[in-house]
Amino acid sequence: MSYRVKRSEFDDILSKLQEDYKIYAPTRKKDKGTFSDTDLVLYDRVSSLEEIDFNSKTKYSPKEVVFPITQTLFYFNGDEYIEAEDKGEKVLVFLRPCEVNAFKRLDKIFLENGPQEDIYYKRLREKVKFVVMECTEGFDSCFCVSMGTNETEDYSIFIKVSDEEVFCEIKDEKLTEVFADQESTDYTPEFIQENKQQVEVPALEDITTDLFDSEIWKEYSKRCIGCGRCNTVCPTCSCWTMQDISYQDNENIGERRRVWAGCHIDGYTEMAGGHDFRTTYGDRMRFKTLHKIYDFRKRFDIDMCVGCGRCEDVCPQYISFVGAIKKLNQAIKEEKNNG
Amino acid sequence: MSLNVKEFKKNAYRITKDRGVTALRVRVPGGHLEAKYLTILQEIAETYGDGNLHITTRQGFEITGIPMTMVEEVNKKVAPLIEGMEAGIGVDIGNPEDGYPAAGTRNVSACIGNKVCRYAKYNTTKLAQRIEKNIFPNDYHVKIAVSGCQNDCIKAHMQDFGVLGMDLPVYDAYRCISCGACVKNCQKRATGALEFKNYKVVRDEDKCIGCGECIAKCPTNAWTRDASKKYYKLLIMGRTGKRNPRLAMPFLEWVTEDAIIDIINKTYDYVDEYIDRSLPKEHVGYIVDRTGFQVFKDYVLDGVELNPECRVAEHIDWPGYKTNVSNNFKKVGK
Repeated sequence: MSYRVKRSEFDDILSKLQEDYKIYAPTRKKDKGTFSDTDLVLYDRVSSLEEIDFNSKTKYSPKEVVFPITQTLFYFNGDEYIEAEDKGEKVLVFLRPCEVNAFKRLDKIFLENGPQEDIYYKRLREKVKFVVMECTEGFDSCFCVSMGTNETEDYSIFIKVSDEEVFCEIKDEKLTEVFADQESTDYTPEFIQENKQQVEVPALEDITTDLFDSEIWKEYSKRCIGCGRCNTVCPTCSCWTMQDISYQDNENIGERRRVWAGCHIDGYTEMAGGHDFRTTYGDRMRFKTLHKIYDFRKRFDIDMCVGCGRCEDVCPQYISFVGAIKKLNQAIKEEKNNG
Repeated sequence: MSLNVKEFKKNAYRITKDRGVTALRVRVPGGHLEAKYLTILQEIAETYGDGNLHITTRQGFEITGIPMTMVEEVNKKVAPLIEGMEAGIGVDIGNPEDGYPAAGTRNVSACIGNKVCRYAKYNTTKLAQRIEKNIFPNDYHVKIAVSGCQNDCIKAHMQDFGVLGMDLPVYDAYRCISCGACVKNCQKRATGALEFKNYKVVRDEDKCIGCGECIAKCPTNAWTRDASKKYYKLLIMGRTGKRNPRLAMPFLEWVTEDAIIDIINKTYDYVDEYIDRSLPKEHVGYIVDRTGFQVFKDYVLDGVELNPECRVAEHIDWPGYKTNVSNNFKKVGK
């Protein structure tokens, strides 16, 4: 069922939704960007249409909603522990189709990767509903069409905002009540069908261990600076590390947190005793690239990368992930010719 | 020929080594100009001068080789620049066709600032223009430069007043992933004001110089800047010259733009009260040497509203060297 809502009336709908849901959406923080007098666009709580930035790509993905940057798992006190409280609030997230598809990837990692589900993830994830924002133009660095993540059917509400009106398709019956007074319309969602850049992901069988030592990775040893921005902005990077925080005077009392980690950042592969098995940045780039477009697909039949282009947007060294895939294709071609 | 040299020099013309030949100093407040003005400069240089332009250290242009007899015509030709770059930013310039009304207070220079540079904290051109509007035209000899950050590419440390941009870092522990980028960088390239405690970062406020490097390096925007206002460091009384070349020293830290403007304006009153009028001119730094820093400080801070974050220097002991103490040197010849 689709409805058209006057912009001026949409905040009433948001208020009604907020009786049951916390609402997250892309929002602009004035002058909070990395460089002076620039804004930071990221996901945060909103309560009105005015606060939602429909026209910008957020710097960070919405993954924080289910995978917080810092998350206390439990508190310990000698031999006892108390699991951190789950506030149990339901969440509505305004996001783009590629980002819904990114949540699918997170689900694979946290819920289907091995025999145990990650309960800290699951209890947040279960409460999330999606409001997909129509995205038919994309941005310069997007390549979702190449990754097959430009469309999604997994949403409660699909929304398109024009100057005067907001068009909504409601799939979730529990939410239709809120729209009951609105005029129905024949709005059907549209999806982007062509990005400004395209890339062909290599076939699984074409990626062999011979590529492990390919020259293409060496270039990244010289270019990458290991800052980890590509990891922190990525909607599917889901690595974390554990941190035990304890009282200075009694280390048996404290809390355990999990905190985001990133494969490009120093220390990621460092083990007790100092052994570190991916010390060069080229090795880290290889690991990340092949995880995003090879290993993940081998295990779950879909690529991890959703083609949002954020890693390209933020890299201070102008490293493009599409560029890396293209170099890999070239290396495969050369390998075949030589072989 | 007959010439009122003092009036002539105030008109921004130079007495050169060639009798009857002068050079005009064109001001470019903030060192930033529309490219269209270059055509006018070219025309003046080729029609009235020797076809050359000299780029001054203060980011102006000096048009050389102008016969003194042509000055009135040159003033008419340069009027669009004075109108655009002085009257256009609110400077009370008089009739632009009469040329520059003063030359003592020098062009306010600026680094490229945050229009372009990632490190700069503010629009340096705009601040330079605001200062220019407040202090020009004036005959007192004052040099001011503004730099976007503490790298100080414009060499604000060589000025009577140097303004450097500062960031007040704000930390969101939730967003921090303990990557160590800020801590390492602060240790190696700034002042070591950051350290880890329980995997999160603690900032030593006394050590922090507000360079903003932590904000620039952070991969999660755990560090952002306090965006409620702009903060600056104000350096004072640096100079070159024959007696005691020295770098400017910090007078105020974490100060606001409005306070800086008030202080610079008050400095002109201070100069007016204490200048040695037996000299043809006296630089403000030497006046501060004579009255002492405390007299200067009390004078220029009187009635100025300082923000609570601002830190004020108790004393200033300028470094540099006295040129008349040279017992370090041994003559090569007998």
